[in-house]
Amino acid sequence: MRTNWPIVSVAAISLLQVLTALLGGPLLIGLMRKVRCRLEGRVGPPIRQPLLDLRKLARRERTRPDQASWIFPLAPLVLVATTLVIAAIAPLLASGPAFGWSADLFAIVYLLLLGSVALALGALDTGTAFGGMGASRAMTIGALAEPALLVAVLALSVPAHSSNLPIIITGSLSHPLWLATPGRLLALVAFMIVIVAESGRLPVDNPSTHLELTMIHEAMVLEYAGPDLALVKLGESMRLAVLFALFADLFVPWGIATAPGPGHLALGLVTTVAKVAVLGVGLAAFEVGVAKLRLFRVPELMAGAFVLSVLAVISALVMP
Amino acid sequence: MTGTLLEVAALVGLAASAVGATAPEKIRTQLSSLLTAAACGCGLVAAVEVIRTGHQAVVSTDRLLPLSGFSMALDRFGALFVVVGAVVGFCAMVFRLGYDGHGLSSRTASSVLPLFVTTLLLVPAAATVTTFLFLWELMAITSLLLVLVDHRRRPEVQVAGQWYAVMTQLGAAALLLGLVLLAARTGSQSFAAIAAGSEHLPAWVRSSAFVLVVMGFGSKAGMVPLHVWLPRAHPEAPGPVSALMSAAMVNLGIYGIVRVGDGLLGGGPAWWWLMVMALGALSALFGSLHSATSADLKRLLAYSTTDNVGLMLLGVGASGLFASTGHPALALVALAAALLHMVFHAIFKGSLFLSASSIQQATGSRDLDQLGGLLRRMPVTGSLFIVGGLTIAALPPLCGFVSEWLLLQAMLHGLPSSNPALAIAMPIGVGVLALTGGLTALTFVKAIGIGLLGQPRSEPAARAGEVHRSMWVGAGILATLCLAFGVAPYLVIPSVLDAARTVTGVRLPDPLTRGWQVGLSGVSGVLAPGLLALGLLVAVTLVAGARRLLQRGAVRRTEAWGCGRELLTPRMEYTATSFGEPLSRVFEDVLSPAHDLDVSHIAESNYYVEAATFHTSLDDAFERHLYRPTAAGLRRWGAIARLVPNGSIHRYLAFGLVALVVVLVVVG
Repeated sequence: MRTNWPIVSVAAISLLQVLTALLGGPLLIGLMRKVRCRLEGRVGPPIRQPLLDLRKLARRERTRPDQASWIFPLAPLVLVATTLVIAAIAPLLASGPAFGWSADLFAIVYLLLLGSVALALGALDTGTAFGGMGASRAMTIGALAEPALLVAVLALSVPAHSSNLPIIITGSLSHPLWLATPGRLLALVAFMIVIVAESGRLPVDNPSTHLELTMIHEAMVLEYAGPDLALVKLGESMRLAVLFALFADLFVPWGIATAPGPGHLALGLVTTVAKVAVLGVGLAAFEVGVAKLRLFRVPELMAGAFVLSVLAVISALVMP
Repeated sequence: MTGTLLEVAALVGLAASAVGATAPEKIRTQLSSLLTAAACGCGLVAAVEVIRTGHQAVVSTDRLLPLSGFSMALDRFGALFVVVGAVVGFCAMVFRLGYDGHGLSSRTASSVLPLFVTTLLLVPAAATVTTFLFLWELMAITSLLLVLVDHRRRPEVQVAGQWYAVMTQLGAAALLLGLVLLAARTGSQSFAAIAAGSEHLPAWVRSSAFVLVVMGFGSKAGMVPLHVWLPRAHPEAPGPVSALMSAAMVNLGIYGIVRVGDGLLGGGPAWWWLMVMALGALSALFGSLHSATSADLKRLLAYSTTDNVGLMLLGVGASGLFASTGHPALALVALAAALLHMVFHAIFKGSLFLSASSIQQATGSRDLDQLGGLLRRMPVTGSLFIVGGLTIAALPPLCGFVSEWLLLQAMLHGLPSSNPALAIAMPIGVGVLALTGGLTALTFVKAIGIGLLGQPRSEPAARAGEVHRSMWVGAGILATLCLAFGVAPYLVIPSVLDAARTVTGVRLPDPLTRGWQVGLSGVSGVLAPGLLALGLLVAVTLVAGARRLLQRGAVRRTEAWGCGRELLTPRMEYTATSFGEPLSRVFEDVLSPAHDLDVSHIAESNYYVEAATFHTSLDDAFERHLYRPTAAGLRRWGAIARLVPNGSIHRYLAFGLVALVVVLVVVG
């Protein structure tokens, strides 16, 4: 789909989305930590703490394990770069998208996969037991989440006859009833489970654990230090923010800028940030109440998500 | 003109074979490889010319095959397969210049290999049933001989050869029956006449011919449940041969199914194609599960061939289903997606098999649990393997992503349909594609991460060095194509569409828009792989630049964290087996891995363990539950039948008399 929006505003929106993701990702993590602390009766660090952490890490020395090859330093770059590309091309703040003609949901799924694969390879490159453990677990969960994710994407694409994001979003805006169909609601649950799994949150993975037997994501990034660790942390937080923003766009699209003016854009920015913050607070509150699942119970969760998304497709066909 | 070129290709191939049989050992490999590469070049030029102009390349002679004559006519559809075979063949020959070992330099192997490559070029050109079967069998026999070249040194080669021989001959028998049935019923053995006459055949003839042909071609393509030979034969074959088999020969199975199903029979009822889709889905899931849990590098690649053939069959089946339910445009897109995946699979699998053979030659092992740390020791080969592995995992901006995206789009656009067959088949197809996609990503993270990264797990791996230049050049050409077609898939998409149009006879306007983006006209779905690649490149450069600016001083080499222990040994690393363990546990019911734990205690006390051995193995469920019982049953029948002929001449004379009487009674 080619938009009629002027190329300058398209580029500006793209840049704005990237900057918002760069800043918003760490702040989202800070917000979620704050909520968690408050619910547990602690004061907690300020919301901007993750940004301060990044600044601190960026000033430190870079290290590289003896055995590592060029894959190890490349992995964080690819992780951040894929997220930046998604933030640039996906319609996060405005529906007349930045580079809308390639904002395909399937393409975004595979870009996310590229980031995960890069991180897993970086972990294996360290030649430690932890790296292998984390990579093996993360890739297993990722492989099982993939069908649920793609079939959920399919369910979302059926009413719009397209997997192109701007078309899906503008379609939902002009047909609000699409959003209330059982298919959409089932896909919503499946999508949320997949987001939780892909970004390593509870109950799939505990981002704050460093216990050998349970960690997944943290085991993979154990050897990173300094600016590399900062990139990994930045990439992970941006991924969560971008996934939340996509989720919000697909299921509650109202407020997204439908025209290129600054007023529309400001509204889009405010609503998207608000929606992402609400999702973050919700997930953080949920995380307080649950424990991490045993690793071999996670497949059951993923299978459940897959069944939900198949049901979503079927009900989208039966009740269009 | 193109016909002459095709003849020249065949003659040069024969000459290469003669040279391989007669030339002195010193120059044998070089000379026959170069001549075979030249034959591939001729075939490539002829096929490209056919694709460009659309005129068939015709070769016909009565002298070669008695009674029936030898006749070839290469159209655009066949030419696509010739191009693929020629490119893979060329790269394999370049690779072979530096390859030693596996007995491939022997006189027999040097004369058979050129013949095999030549048949790969000629099979898609065959225009009559006899010519086709002649070339097909020649291909089967030459490939069997090549699998067996190393049989004296390694007994497992003999077992692999037996499996391959039996499966390929069963497949050929099914093909013979199916094609002869068609030829007899239409009264002509030329493909053109069969295509013209098949419309009026009774439904049962068409259906039984199609089922037989799917079985026959499916066994060559490695389709489940006829795949059992593939994970045995492909790994045991010498390097260039395994690449040729996995990247070029299996394609001809797909060629045959499409040629007969869409071309000769002109499409059929929905259940044909649902069957093809079901077989494809089964192959894809089974192949990807086994490759994800395999620790043998080449076995892993062989199972992933079964997986990818499954994806192609999924596309072919979807295309037939669309055609039979009245969606010709979608049928064309689905078939083009399947063919595109065939082309790309040949490129990345060829590159992967060639680099895996380089690794095997450098380390003497293809067991991932013995490898590791090779990227630093073999930087070029390692990087080529990484490119191939990322391509097969369908990651942007490499070409595997484009064909999978197109397959997904074809299935998505079939969806809002009132036809229940489509409404059920398509979501399942997407689910299968997604699960195999995820499993393939895991598989190749394992293959790359365990095989090439980290610390070396064995002494030979620690001492490994870069292989001969021509070996990585051969693999490198294919890896470069992975990247080139990933960024600019429109270089091949028009040819693939033309091929699909030629075989289906559908004359529709271009359903895929050209230019710098891939899109489906009429339906909305666009992809700009070039822009995506550019975006990724810019983003990586920017982030790398930012990191460079922040960096103070050099990167410090440190010791990795070993849980407080002084030394981090390779034994502490994850192995390929342990990497795949969570997955094999999740799919325990399907894979049913066998575990064997043996613990011996010291004599004084049962509380102290003296030694513990743990053995785990994972064999093919079809082999265990289908083939072994069948083979055992046949053997029992054979034992019973052996009781009858006991060696007594009197008894044999009595058999003769009884037979004569029976014949007289029946005839009289």
